[in-house]
Amino acid sequence: MSKVDYSQKIPNNVNLSDDRRLQRALENWQPAFLNWWDELGPVDSTDYEVFLRTAIDVSGKGWAHFDMVRMPEYRWGIFLADQEEGRKVNFGAHKGEDAWQEVPGEYRAELRRLIVTQGDTEPASVEQQRRLGRTCPSLYDLRSLFQVNVEEGRHLWAMVYLLHAYFGRDGREEADEMLQRHSGDADKPRILEAFNVPTLDWLSFFMFTYFQDRDGKYQLSSLAESGFDPLSRTCNFMLTEEAHHMFVGETGVGRVVQRSTELIKEHDTMDIRQYGGIDLPTIQKWMNFHFSICLDLFGQEKSTNAANFYNMGLKGRYQETKIDDDHQLDNDFYMVPEIEGNKVVMQEIGALASINERLRNDYRDDCQRGVDRWNKTISEAGIDYQLTLPHTAFHRNIGTFADATVSPDGNVISKEEWDANVNDWLPTAEDRAFVESIMVPVTEPGKMAGWIAAPARGIQGKEPDFEYVKFH
Amino acid sequence: MIDFSTSPSQYKHWQLTFDGPVATLAMDVAEDGGMVPGYELKLNSYDLGVDIELYDATQRLRFEHPEVKSVIITSAKDRVFCAGANIAMLGTSTHAHKVNFCKFTNETRNGIEDSTANSDQKYICVVNGTAAGGGYELALAADHIMLIDDGASTVSLPEVPLLAVLPGTGGLTRVVDKRNVRRDHADYFCTLNEGVKGKRALDWNFVDELVPRSKLMETAKERAEEFAKDSKRPGDAKGVELTPLKREISGDEVNYSNISVQIDRAGLTAEITVRGPGQAPEQDATAIHAAGVDFWPLAFAREFDDLILHMRSNENEITTWVFKSEGNADFVAAADQALINNADDWLVREITNYLKRTFKRLDVSSRSVITLIEPGSCFTGTLMELVLAADRSFMLDGTFEGSNIAAATLQPSEMNFGALPMCNDLTRLETRFLDAEDKIANIKAEIGNELDAEAADELGLVTFIPDDIDWEDEVRIAIEERASYSGDALTGMEASLRFAGPETMETKIFGRLSAWQNWIFQRPNAVGEEGALKLFGTGKQANFDRKRV
Repeated sequence: MSKVDYSQKIPNNVNLSDDRRLQRALENWQPAFLNWWDELGPVDSTDYEVFLRTAIDVSGKGWAHFDMVRMPEYRWGIFLADQEEGRKVNFGAHKGEDAWQEVPGEYRAELRRLIVTQGDTEPASVEQQRRLGRTCPSLYDLRSLFQVNVEEGRHLWAMVYLLHAYFGRDGREEADEMLQRHSGDADKPRILEAFNVPTLDWLSFFMFTYFQDRDGKYQLSSLAESGFDPLSRTCNFMLTEEAHHMFVGETGVGRVVQRSTELIKEHDTMDIRQYGGIDLPTIQKWMNFHFSICLDLFGQEKSTNAANFYNMGLKGRYQETKIDDDHQLDNDFYMVPEIEGNKVVMQEIGALASINERLRNDYRDDCQRGVDRWNKTISEAGIDYQLTLPHTAFHRNIGTFADATVSPDGNVISKEEWDANVNDWLPTAEDRAFVESIMVPVTEPGKMAGWIAAPARGIQGKEPDFEYVKFH
Repeated sequence: MIDFSTSPSQYKHWQLTFDGPVATLAMDVAEDGGMVPGYELKLNSYDLGVDIELYDATQRLRFEHPEVKSVIITSAKDRVFCAGANIAMLGTSTHAHKVNFCKFTNETRNGIEDSTANSDQKYICVVNGTAAGGGYELALAADHIMLIDDGASTVSLPEVPLLAVLPGTGGLTRVVDKRNVRRDHADYFCTLNEGVKGKRALDWNFVDELVPRSKLMETAKERAEEFAKDSKRPGDAKGVELTPLKREISGDEVNYSNISVQIDRAGLTAEITVRGPGQAPEQDATAIHAAGVDFWPLAFAREFDDLILHMRSNENEITTWVFKSEGNADFVAAADQALINNADDWLVREITNYLKRTFKRLDVSSRSVITLIEPGSCFTGTLMELVLAADRSFMLDGTFEGSNIAAATLQPSEMNFGALPMCNDLTRLETRFLDAEDKIANIKAEIGNELDAEAADELGLVTFIPDDIDWEDEVRIAIEERASYSGDALTGMEASLRFAGPETMETKIFGRLSAWQNWIFQRPNAVGEEGALKLFGTGKQANFDRKRV
């Protein structure tokens, strides 16, 4: 094999050109990755030139480079945030010890599992969204989609780097399997259920980037607290990219809401489907669906695994070091919900076992912020309607609420009542058909589909009508 | 009180379905269906209650479903096969409960293997999600293991690294002894929390077959039908319904139709009296089928089985079991004759196998067994096994003064010579006379003959033959003395003396694996305040005493 200049091909700050072990692993893995991108990445996109940012550095200023690139030629890089001098394990049984620069043998399996579970979601979302390019509402949005896709691809690289660099043969096998499991595959599905349903319409895409990528933010943030320093540094850098994905979601939903309010006012009716808009109750249903399946991603309310991960110093709480407590939680308690009769009640359990629930609560509160902004758009338009996050017990498949039927406002209801109302709460086949019916591609620079407002500004100083994607 | 009786309509944790010659036993453990409060049975983890249902299902598959020739064990839950024994349950259970639980689950898995080997009912395990610890051990009991090849589902035995205990339900033994996994591979495997999946699981022989997710149940069905073809179980026969047992428990008495127990709490002793058939037992297959659960050998086996389980779990301060019998020895001989003459009949074969498993249960019970052979008793053939299974036996030489009941006799039957092997695969006589085939031949020559105390003593069938003057004191002292010793030491001593002869997988499971496990279950590294089993689920880390002992 001819000598490859890795610093050119794979931008990195991990000394790739000096690391034979890593080179060998990536030599095998990179072609498989490109192959996967070709087969399961965005459809029809091979020849498109897209205005994309590429991570080239980790320094605060100018970490990214913007240019028109063909996506298969995108330079997926490997970056770890700068090492913090003298960093310690900040929580759990090893609190106060030096952070680990190598995988501690006794936690090898747990760490690998955490990395594989996180890593598996990254290519999954690319697979879920692969057909969306065909119905883009504008070139600006198409570019956003592709930006999200290539960065999810880079996040996969980041996790694969950790597997290759720190987990030997097992790590290489796991890295290979990340490309063998596929979203929705009958034989080898993705690990987490929410990543096995295709994202079929752009409203779902915006909801996905708002809710599901925000789950990513919380998972990455708690992994960024890890005592295993390379994982911490990797996740810290991934968070800078994740922020953009959530921006795509928040402004995307916001623009849909804005357009809907415009149509409502223009035609003086809430029923704007006939005018090609997405009515607010439909947006609410999409929100109910995506929020509830994302809550499942946080796992059981009472979790042994989460407790172990915390105590071992592998996965902390959100902003662990900013919390004012002993960071060991041996004698602390936390409230978790439980169903008693037909009520959701709170029950106190050991804080260690409740780590998942705590993260879920932080996530819920964060989700509320964007909803408030969307509601501001609605109320400023003088429309008497509010979007609300459903209760955490609504439409759940994991944890204490899994077998319960609970209304969006948190009342435990009978199966009959659920059946009678579910069509008002969750997207129906008819709703989906309607939303899909208005997803017609708009590819003229600066033009927008009729169901979404134009963005306030363009990308990286470019105008909104810049030709963000060139088709060839 | 723990009750071992149940029936499919009461199952909380299993779904039993039938499709011609194939039955499917799908595990669907109810999280809130634990036997006692305090733990949730998440991820198809199990407690004794779950296993009691499994045992019941295997029994009904044998007796009620002659048409079932292969059985698929799988999970009704998505992506989870079975997470093994529930750790919170183990962590909060008494030592005695843990040991009893493990013993029973081991017996049930041995029973599954007995079905495959001797009932022509082959078990296939379809591991359709992660199988950890006891979950994989359940799979190991099957004849054929199919693993879903979804890139995620693993089989594992993570007890050592995760809990500081052993995969004690046969796991360690079966991996090397049954599946012939190389010991170094097994060693690596047993220290991997996450286990192995896919190709490696197959290459190292932890499973027999990998199947894609979308083809799993279809392939399982094919395999089950293939196996069913080789079975000689009748497709058109009518099963025998295992109707609820009649059992009355009141205070210190337990009464069944054919067995009565009188407990002496002060003496730590239970006197267990077995009654032989009340009338001449059915002789031909048609009549035996018609009698069903009332056919004496089956009725006795069911009651005896339930009794052992009841006494083991609910009366663990009753440390010595004293067996007696009463009834017509000729009727017992006739019952044995019926079993021998109809050995090819599927139902008779099941009954004999059931008797075999039940006597094995007695052998591995941690109770002293003393059998008293008195006038009026009927220790013939099958019931003579109670004499041979005893740690010590006493036979009255002659009659009691002033009684007109004739002197006791023993009577060997064909049943003592092969149909009822112990877990070392030898008969109790072969185990008793390990190096002396001639002695066994001498006893075999006496089949059908009534042996008095002197003859029985001569042949080596009984321990002591006091006459009526010595009887009461000898017996009383033996029993009182027994009760005064340390139960732990007695358990160890009896278990070491009972199983002379070669090792089998079963003897290794009960004698080696269980013994180590029970030791580990007592050690601080597992169950101390800072032990792994105690702390599991709290997130806290075990603090081990690193010294090797």
